Amino acid sequence: MSTIEERVKKIIVEQLGVKEEEVKPEASFENDLGADSLDTVELVMALEEEFETEIPDEEAEKIKTVQAAIDYVTNHADD
Amino acid sequence: MSMKGQVALVTGASRGIGKAIAQALVAEGATVIGTATTANGAEAISTYLAENGKGMVLNVAESESINSVIEAITAEYGQLDILVNNAGITRDNLLMRMKEDEWDDVLNTNLKSVFRLSKAVMRGMMKRRNGRIINISSVVGTTGNPGQANYCAAKAGLVGFTKSLAKEIAARGITVNCVAPGFIDTDMTQSLTEEQKQAIFTNIPAARLGQPEEIAAAVVFLASAGAAYITGETIHVNGGMAMV
Repeated sequence: MSTIEERVKKIIVEQLGVKEEEVKPEASFENDLGADSLDTVELVMALEEEFETEIPDEEAEKIKTVQAAIDYVTNHADD
Repeated sequence: MSMKGQVALVTGASRGIGKAIAQALVAEGATVIGTATTANGAEAISTYLAENGKGMVLNVAESESINSVIEAITAEYGQLDILVNNAGITRDNLLMRMKEDEWDDVLNTNLKSVFRLSKAVMRGMMKRRNGRIINISSVVGTTGNPGQANYCAAKAGLVGFTKSLAKEIAARGITVNCVAPGFIDTDMTQSLTEEQKQAIFTNIPAARLGQPEEIAAAVVFLASAGAAYITGETIHVNGGMAMV
């Protein structure tokens, strides 16, 4: 079983078409990983599906870095 | 039968232009879900679509109604490839006499519904990198028409909405376009007064009303694979009444 961190990173690699080593915790989707605003919306959609959760818009807007995505999923994993 | 395997949703499909669109998409091989506001209307749609789809009750002015219909379609058919936002109403009045209700009803049913429905279908289309959203506008959204400030505002609003959404999601393989009918032979235009009709005829070079099938043909084209590079566009189908 992969950890949350590994699963989140895998989704980011798939969605944004970036290399695994680029997906550092502090990396910003838009500034470092070349995502546009629609890419980040799609990334959130993919996270919702992988973790079978619904991320409210106001929370989704805060998920701008790899670490923020990992944190969100970690904190809501048992909801 | 170029649309075999595709699933289309056509709102306001019990009669008039919506019915013609639903039938034309079926003729291309698509499975069509047509909506009406009443159970009787939905049943009539199920009857004419037969094994090629079915009618469902939908009030486009209600978010919950929209979400449950989209969920039901996804559960039964697995996907939605084509959305035709056709449902519309008129509440004509001179602006001096127009009630706030008349304004709100028309904007809600004719414009806000398109926001709601487009949003509801977009997730699936984005994931599949394919989709067609076709909004039925109107020539009067471009020309204006006395007594229809609410209707014209909504129909012009659709054009701006269409262009914006088209730019947002073009990279995902989804096109968003409008078809703007002129005066078409439907119940909606039959409610025009004789005076209004005469005034309109003098301005139509084709010197006749259009047929619903002539709108459906433009919709089928925009929904087809061949129109994949057309987005944010409005096709006017009006017998030469307004050349934009």
